[in-house]
Amino acid sequence: MSRIKVELKKKDVETIRDICKSFENKPGELINVLHKVQHTFGYLPAEVQEVVAAELNVPLAKVYGVVTFYSFFSMVPKGKHPISICTGTACYVRGAENVLNEFKKELKIEVGETTADGKFSISCLRCVGACGLAPVVMVGDKTYGRVSPEMVKDIIKEYEDQ
Amino acid sequence: MKTVKLTIDQKPVEVAAGTTILKAAHSVGIDIPTLCYMNLGDLKIEHKPGGCRICVVEVQGRRNLAPSCATEVSDGMVINTHSIRVLNARKTVLELILSDHPKDCLTCAKSGNCDLQSMAIKLGIREIPNQDIAEMSTYRTDFSPAIIREMNKCIMCRRCETMCNEFQTVGALSAINRGFMSVVAPAFEMDLEDSVCTYCGQCVAVCPTGALTEVDHTNRLIRDLSNPNKTVIVQTAPAVRAALGEMFDLEPGTLVTGKMVAALRRLGFKYVFDTDFAADLTILEEGTELLDRLTRHLKGDKTVKLPILTSCCPGWVNFFESQFSDMLDIPSTARSPQQMFGSVAKTYFADKIKVKREDLIVVSIMPCLAKKYECTRDEFKVNGNPDVDYSISTRELANLIKQANIDFHSLPDEEFDLPLGESTGAGVIFGTTGGVIEAAVRTAYELYTKKKIDSVDFKALRGIDGIREATIDFEGLPVKIGIAHGLGNARKLLEDIRSGKSQYHAIEIMACPGGCIGGGGQPLHHGNFEILKKRMEAIYREDKNKPIRKSHENPYIIKLYEEFLGKPMSEKAHKLLHTHYVDRRKKIIYI
Amino acid sequence: MLESKIQILVCGGTGCSSKASHSITETIKNEIKAQGLTDIAEVVLTGCFGLCEMGPIVRVIHDDTYYAKVRPEDAREIVEEHLVKGKKVQRLLFRDPKTKEIVAGSKGINRYKKQVRIALRNCGVINPESINEYIARNGYEALGKVLTEMDPQQTIDVIKKSGLRGRGGGGFPTGIKWELTAASKSDKKFVVCNADEGDPGAFMDRSILEGDPHSVIEAMAICGYCTGADSGLVYIRAEYPLAIERLKIAIKQAREYGLLGKNIFGTDFSFDIELRYGAGAFVCGEETALIHSMEGKRGEPTMKPPFPSVAGYLGKPTTVNNVETFANVPPIILKGHEWFSSIGTEKSKGTKVFALAGKINNVGLIEVPMGITLREVIFEIGGGIKGGKKFKAVQTGGPSGGCLTEKHLDIPIDYDNLIAAGSMMGSGGMIVMDEDDCMVDMAKFFLEFTVDESCGKCAPCRVGNKRLFELLEKITQGNGIKEDIDRLINLGNVIKDTSLCGLGQSSPNPVLSMINNFYHEYESHVVDKKCHAGVCKALMVYQIVPENCVGCTACARACPVGAITGERKEVHVIDTKLCIKCGACMERCKFNAVIVN
Repeated sequence: MSRIKVELKKKDVETIRDICKSFENKPGELINVLHKVQHTFGYLPAEVQEVVAAELNVPLAKVYGVVTFYSFFSMVPKGKHPISICTGTACYVRGAENVLNEFKKELKIEVGETTADGKFSISCLRCVGACGLAPVVMVGDKTYGRVSPEMVKDIIKEYEDQ
Repeated sequence: MKTVKLTIDQKPVEVAAGTTILKAAHSVGIDIPTLCYMNLGDLKIEHKPGGCRICVVEVQGRRNLAPSCATEVSDGMVINTHSIRVLNARKTVLELILSDHPKDCLTCAKSGNCDLQSMAIKLGIREIPNQDIAEMSTYRTDFSPAIIREMNKCIMCRRCETMCNEFQTVGALSAINRGFMSVVAPAFEMDLEDSVCTYCGQCVAVCPTGALTEVDHTNRLIRDLSNPNKTVIVQTAPAVRAALGEMFDLEPGTLVTGKMVAALRRLGFKYVFDTDFAADLTILEEGTELLDRLTRHLKGDKTVKLPILTSCCPGWVNFFESQFSDMLDIPSTARSPQQMFGSVAKTYFADKIKVKREDLIVVSIMPCLAKKYECTRDEFKVNGNPDVDYSISTRELANLIKQANIDFHSLPDEEFDLPLGESTGAGVIFGTTGGVIEAAVRTAYELYTKKKIDSVDFKALRGIDGIREATIDFEGLPVKIGIAHGLGNARKLLEDIRSGKSQYHAIEIMACPGGCIGGGGQPLHHGNFEILKKRMEAIYREDKNKPIRKSHENPYIIKLYEEFLGKPMSEKAHKLLHTHYVDRRKKIIYI
Repeated sequence: MLESKIQILVCGGTGCSSKASHSITETIKNEIKAQGLTDIAEVVLTGCFGLCEMGPIVRVIHDDTYYAKVRPEDAREIVEEHLVKGKKVQRLLFRDPKTKEIVAGSKGINRYKKQVRIALRNCGVINPESINEYIARNGYEALGKVLTEMDPQQTIDVIKKSGLRGRGGGGFPTGIKWELTAASKSDKKFVVCNADEGDPGAFMDRSILEGDPHSVIEAMAICGYCTGADSGLVYIRAEYPLAIERLKIAIKQAREYGLLGKNIFGTDFSFDIELRYGAGAFVCGEETALIHSMEGKRGEPTMKPPFPSVAGYLGKPTTVNNVETFANVPPIILKGHEWFSSIGTEKSKGTKVFALAGKINNVGLIEVPMGITLREVIFEIGGGIKGGKKFKAVQTGGPSGGCLTEKHLDIPIDYDNLIAAGSMMGSGGMIVMDEDDCMVDMAKFFLEFTVDESCGKCAPCRVGNKRLFELLEKITQGNGIKEDIDRLINLGNVIKDTSLCGLGQSSPNPVLSMINNFYHEYESHVVDKKCHAGVCKALMVYQIVPENCVGCTACARACPVGAITGERKEVHVIDTKLCIKCGACMERCKFNAVIVN
């Protein structure tokens, strides 16, 4: 698995330790801990998982096994403006795939990747429950409904200078 | 006991409630094929994840097929293990598994010994439908000094994961990823070498396919043996002689010491020596260290750490270096017999036969995969030249004998060469759980009490329970001894010591079930403890048959000290026979 | 008291939220303040109204007025005209999507007409962040009644007699589930609410949690009382931040009111609830997988038995029900099992919430009585097919369900009829497909989902679904042969027959039911190499109709691969071997001369 090597600052280690402590360092709280840690760091690099494993006394391999099982957890940082394309059924039948392809073409990255300048990343998600607006695209917290491939350029433009 | 009546393939069956369909069928002679299922009876590990779905059967009235390994019988069940529906499903599922498995059986290390291959033969698989469009899940092959992981061949039976986590509690392996790309791997798919793996080899021992295999040194050995400029000598570990015969269809527990020596000689080894000799040497060093620590402790020396832990098992050494690195000062500093042998061979013996260190090749035959790693450790090299050049497993030796057209059965019994082939009964019992500590007690008792012991058989130290303890009376000094085999048991013992719950003077730990007789390099026992017990009996039989049964009475050991080492724990002995340990805990990187 | 004020509800469902319902709420709030109306009016963001297509929706409760497609800049007008002057803002009033006529009040909204709202009774009606409003609508009365007037067995009997079955997919009778846990002896038991809604296209649980979280809390406490559990856990998708927030608020309020915690209603019954977060694994909807996930492990299912009612979370007896199931419980207790069982069919009682999506006019959540027909749902409530196209099929039960066709339109919908028809209820997704949808492509789409979401533990699901997908891909690329259809059927049946958990046991349903209902379509893909819906690109042939072609050369210039040749003012020809089927020529042609076959 390709990964980015990071150096954790002492402060970061302390933060992770505090999160683990807030769950009483219970191994059963691993997923809750990972949620919180990812929320803090934006992603879960290997070094972060090492600290979590040590604190909760769970084998590192098991932590990695959990991180790679759940699609919500990520070992690569997302872009500054994460683009999520809903590929739920409703969006699919209304052309989400064409929209996705347009984003990939425009940003020249694949799903799960981040652009070289760190601005955009593309991910797919399953149904955000806005099927009435299909196809749906989210950029950060903002939702775009009834997106057509023609709209993709404009959406990207909105964020390019931010 | 409540029983349940049912019908399997028209046969009436009555079994205890709670029995699985698989076992119930077995009780009336119906063998339902299984793949991921693994029952290590006496180790109390029954692995039945219900993952491979090969053992499915049809239960009347049930919507879908039932995995027989994980479905309990119930009253009045009517089961068909070979209906057309079952046969079609079983075959289709196996085709699916094979469609994601390389088909290089001809050159696979597991060929002929592979559960998946046997299953394909049994179910008569002749083609894999749509293989041309079938994507395969592929992974990088990982070569470590002892174990090769070729996960393209993994079928996700998860047996290795169970051994590594439930039984050994090492935690080097876990299922990772999801769906089609899921596989068993170390964290971040790092090399096994960088993980907490101890190379105990129990994963290799249970892998049904060629996904996990040992590093094979037989080719290297053949090349070295054919090199006229090299003197190739060999040492054989005690447990090998009690199991090698199984590879030649002999009953488990058949001792083949003499035939093994004869075979090694025919293979072209210049000298055939015995690791047992080095085991005797280990006892002298480790026993002296025990007595030294014990006496100082009795005198009130607060700097002395007790208990002393044995250090001859490399899997165990790797385990405490990574998981109990806060306790690195309590294991004995004595090297393992394999390494003591190498050290002595490349100094004392090399001088004797006037061969340069570089031209002497020391090979060991071990029941163990961790030994392959142990001999590569830097501490055991002089100017980059290892004391033991490489180690091959019992299984590799058997294959080599077969390759060399040696008819094992018709070999005469031959004796080890001298001086490094002479050993006592104490050296032999190193091969089983409890043996090292019993050998140590035989010597320490006499050295401490300065009296001859009446009986060398310390039965209290023998047995197969995972954790045992006994107190031996050293003429008024009660010496408390703990024994554990299997790293999961070792962990329990260690944690009790760390928390101060247990007070022992000495502890013996072996990484593998039953000790070296159940090592990761032995003929596969498939968890059948009866086989391990037979090997154990063989070891004690060999001990009994030895004229000398206490290490300190081995005349060649006495001579070695006189001619070369001085006395136990002398400066020279320290340099050549002792070692130090490294903290291998995962270091958390922060500034 | 809150209830006496004029309440303006703004739909906070995802559909409306994405269209700025938050800022609408803010601007209305500011406007109320600016006009000095804070004593008489307030604005509340609520759960989904189920009118997503017309969103954002703003509803003024006291005169039952619905405004549709409201924008933040309309806020001022609504407050000034409606609240101050008492005049409704005509241009924003909700209009029937079909007739375009103004609809007066909720009774006039066509799609509400056939609905019976039990689980969604409070959604879009109360402020989900106010426990007082929940209480004002008989909230926590059922819990009080159970704790003070009924013993656990009596309560379980009511649930059993009501005929309530699990709404998450399996349809297991809820009362029996509770009884099994109650019968398990243990020092500790748990109640788990499964809110890991994962079916693409289904969002009913989310709407309930966002619109009426207290109903779930109340029901979990009742379940705890019945089964002997004192701890409740809600396993909720981390992707549902608003639902999580609302639940947290509701739990806090319930604790403050003594409705959670020690000695509830002065009895010796104690119960409390914690949240656990899902992390994006569809398989965690399966209860054993869900439990492993809550224990901090990979969400892999394990063999049943043991059932969670015997050995569940942390090895203790555990009742697992989904959100919608729980939401039905308080009304059953209050109105009686006779009332509930009078709704629905013989074996499926009560109502079911469906999420209508796909090629249908009125997209959104609906709650209808069991026994209603697909025709009523799709053509009356759903307003028929979008763009006047022809109905082709409807997929019920999400990726685990099957597709139903024209001939199934008049079957009364219930658990057993859907299964008999080759589909299933599932959690209530309903995706409508029209003539432009290809049934091979749709099967492929659903399988891609399963392949993505398979946990990988058992071989048939891990490898088998991948192989099914590959076969479908082969067919959509025009390389299929007739045997591939047989292979799909055999493989699909074996996967269903041998997989470990519900995911694998149902994942071949879409492809099997689509082959069953649209065999000719599969056949024409592999034999004639034609996709009549015009979806499978590889099977399309672009041609120029000589009669229409005027030789303007526009198509030839548009073709990126130079596949079109022809002299000016002469008929052009497409070289099908070079054609990459991008459609550029067709787009460019002004004379309808380019056609696809």
